[in-house]
Amino acid sequence: MTSTLNPRFTFDTFVVGAANRLAVTAGRTVAENPGSAYNPLFIYSGSGLGKTHVLMAIGHAAKALAPQLNIEYLTLDEYVEAFHAAIAAGQGDAFRRRFQNVDALLVDDVQFLTNRKEMQAELLRLTEALQQAGHQIVLASDRPPAEIADLDERLISRFSGGLVVDMGIPDYETRVAILRRKSEERGSTFQPGVLETVAKSEFPNVRELMGALNRIVAYQAVNDTPINAEAVRQLLGGSTEQGAGSRAPTGEAAKPAGGDEFSQFLSDVTVTVGKAVEAWRARVAEAVLRWEGEGYRTARLEKLLEQETPAAVDEAIAAYVQDVDRLKALEAEVAAFDPQAAGGKVFHDPDQMEDAEAAAARVREGAAPPPAPSAAFPLESYVVGPSNEVALSAARDVIAKPGKKYNPLVIVGKSGLGKTHLLNAIGLELAKKKGAIVACLSTQGFVDELIAAIDGNRVDWWRARYRRATALLLDDIQLLAGKERTQEELFNLFNQFLDADRQLIFTAPAHPNTLEGLEERIISRLEGGLVAEVSEPDKELRRHALERFLKTQHVPTDVALLDYLADRPIDSVRSLTGTVQRVVEAAAAQDVPLNAALARDVLEGSPSVRRTSGLRTSGIVVSSAGGVRSREKMVWDWPASSDRVIEDLR
Amino acid sequence: MSLVNFTSREITCKIVYYGPGRSGKTTNLHYVYGRVPETRRGRMVSLATQTDRTLFFDFLPIDLGQISGFSTRFQLYTVPGQVYYNATRRLVLQGADGVVFVGDSQARQLDENIESLQNLQSNLLEHGVDVRTMPLVMQYNKQDLPHELILTPPELDDALNFRAVPSFAADALHGRGVFETLKGISELVLKKLAAGSPA
Repeated sequence: MTSTLNPRFTFDTFVVGAANRLAVTAGRTVAENPGSAYNPLFIYSGSGLGKTHVLMAIGHAAKALAPQLNIEYLTLDEYVEAFHAAIAAGQGDAFRRRFQNVDALLVDDVQFLTNRKEMQAELLRLTEALQQAGHQIVLASDRPPAEIADLDERLISRFSGGLVVDMGIPDYETRVAILRRKSEERGSTFQPGVLETVAKSEFPNVRELMGALNRIVAYQAVNDTPINAEAVRQLLGGSTEQGAGSRAPTGEAAKPAGGDEFSQFLSDVTVTVGKAVEAWRARVAEAVLRWEGEGYRTARLEKLLEQETPAAVDEAIAAYVQDVDRLKALEAEVAAFDPQAAGGKVFHDPDQMEDAEAAAARVREGAAPPPAPSAAFPLESYVVGPSNEVALSAARDVIAKPGKKYNPLVIVGKSGLGKTHLLNAIGLELAKKKGAIVACLSTQGFVDELIAAIDGNRVDWWRARYRRATALLLDDIQLLAGKERTQEELFNLFNQFLDADRQLIFTAPAHPNTLEGLEERIISRLEGGLVAEVSEPDKELRRHALERFLKTQHVPTDVALLDYLADRPIDSVRSLTGTVQRVVEAAAAQDVPLNAALARDVLEGSPSVRRTSGLRTSGIVVSSAGGVRSREKMVWDWPASSDRVIEDLR
Repeated sequence: MSLVNFTSREITCKIVYYGPGRSGKTTNLHYVYGRVPETRRGRMVSLATQTDRTLFFDFLPIDLGQISGFSTRFQLYTVPGQVYYNATRRLVLQGADGVVFVGDSQARQLDENIESLQNLQSNLLEHGVDVRTMPLVMQYNKQDLPHELILTPPELDDALNFRAVPSFAADALHGRGVFETLKGISELVLKKLAAGSPA
């Protein structure tokens, strides 16, 4: 039903002259911005002057710029035929839908709308629908809209509402150019002056000009000698006179009878302005119009217009377009990070490229991945024992199949049992995966970030930051109690993560359903995955933990020491570490080897602890083991008894 | 007023319809007004007496939209034809880019036509404009009147058009020649733009 675009009819193969420059410029503009420039574009000219060529060239150019565009070219008769066929088949609605979904509709020979009221109504409906949807419509006819007999007033006004341009008879120079190009296409060469002689005959249209060219091509083909100018004159003699004679009536015929004088006037003025405004100014002004329409600042281009003579105008336009392209790329990048930051003026001013780059860089920095898991808690250093093996096993499953098996994973247990360690350890493992962005932070940090985002009016940015994460790990989820807004945000994130099979892991001091201040919807979601408990460390775990800790302190492993420390009543790994720390520091302070006896003395108290040096110190010893949490202030060096006596006497 | 403003990408043509009283200047504008789509035209300002004589001036702005990237506007003015409104005529002529001289084709009005033409010349001179440099077209209106009452366009050309500017026979009441005249003056005005000497 729909004609295919003739591949030969492109803008590149169209010879542009004064008589058709406006139509071609308008056509190119439409091809570059379908639906936003002149809509509808109405091209009219006498027969054989290139309407169909321009119409198809628009289709080719638009398709070349945006291959995904749905472009349809058809003649009015084809449109009518298709409509009747659709109505006969009871598919009227499908027919309408089909054309309403076209991005650019190119309709040829619309003068045949005459006396077709039904089709006029249909085309009016379609034109309105396409315009409303921002889709392009281009029409071609052999006369202006107002001259199409019996055409609905509403259609006339619709067609005239965009741009109505005509294509005149090509002038002599254009005719020569056309003849040269067509000769080249056909591989024919002629003696100098031959084509010029043909061009001197004023043919009423290009089609007849082509007929004349065909005649001399044929003549030369059957004769041994090349045709010369004189032979051309004789050969085309009849048509030369005919051409000159027939021109006037053709001109008369093309002249409107006065129906829509304004359209004709507008069309004439358009041609006159097109001639009056220097071509380079028109190019600049059209560029300004286009980019201004897209919301870009065009001061740089406008400055060009102030020049008296053109100086590297095309280069300046190209540079401008390049900058706009860069701005578009920056804006798109920023939009992915922070929807609020995109759309800013800075991304629409090609004169402020540096500012735009800087703004994008700021957003990029701001949009650096959310807080990552701490490298201080690798999985290898996580001590395993019967008390936490369920949690660790779940962790390993989560690492193997994030988002698939246990989602969310909630690690519960009292303080100091290594939940934070395990959480970060899982995070570190997940972060090793390609493309992973693991957000791992304390719930308090999460709340604080949201407050800062609200304060800075950047909640969208904050959300976008977390939405990009592939896993969200929050420590101490109980701290959400009473934080309604954060619970709301987490709830939304929760759903998005679950929907996208992205992993969620939380830690809590107790089973979620015992936590107070958390909304039911959060609790139910926490319970929807796996709640893995970490119990008080068993002896085996304590022993492993001690071994590892002493190793880090470079203390030789002593079985008696390990047995003594592992047997001490202790409720968490953290307090175990604190206890051992005390012993290690005591040994360091006294400069004695660490063994079970010393440990017993330090932890249970023993008079056997003696001064090892005669020097009196401040009495306060601060641990030298930097980085360990519990720094205890212990008075190790007591004054000698004689000193105490003196003290008492005072 | 500049014809073309490259900075704001505007082309604004001020065209003044000049001529003796009752020659049909306002009728020209009314006809144009009636043919321009509402979306393209501004409000026509017409200050007329009770007997429909132009008291001050008529003004009709027309927006032709974007042409070659330039926002193109035409401003059509008429002047009051009566002799005693010369100050107004001079005022309206200020900054004109082109003049349409609307002559009355009636033989008995020939003197008024000549007088008005001379008045145009002197008023332009007051603005420091030589009439020979001003885009000008002649319109011989009322050609629909009985032949015995009017002069033919060639006769009027002989009597008035000593500069041999484009001339148009017209019947403004019914629209004949109105747009042809407007097109004629527009071409002259815009050609001046092409010549690089914006008014």
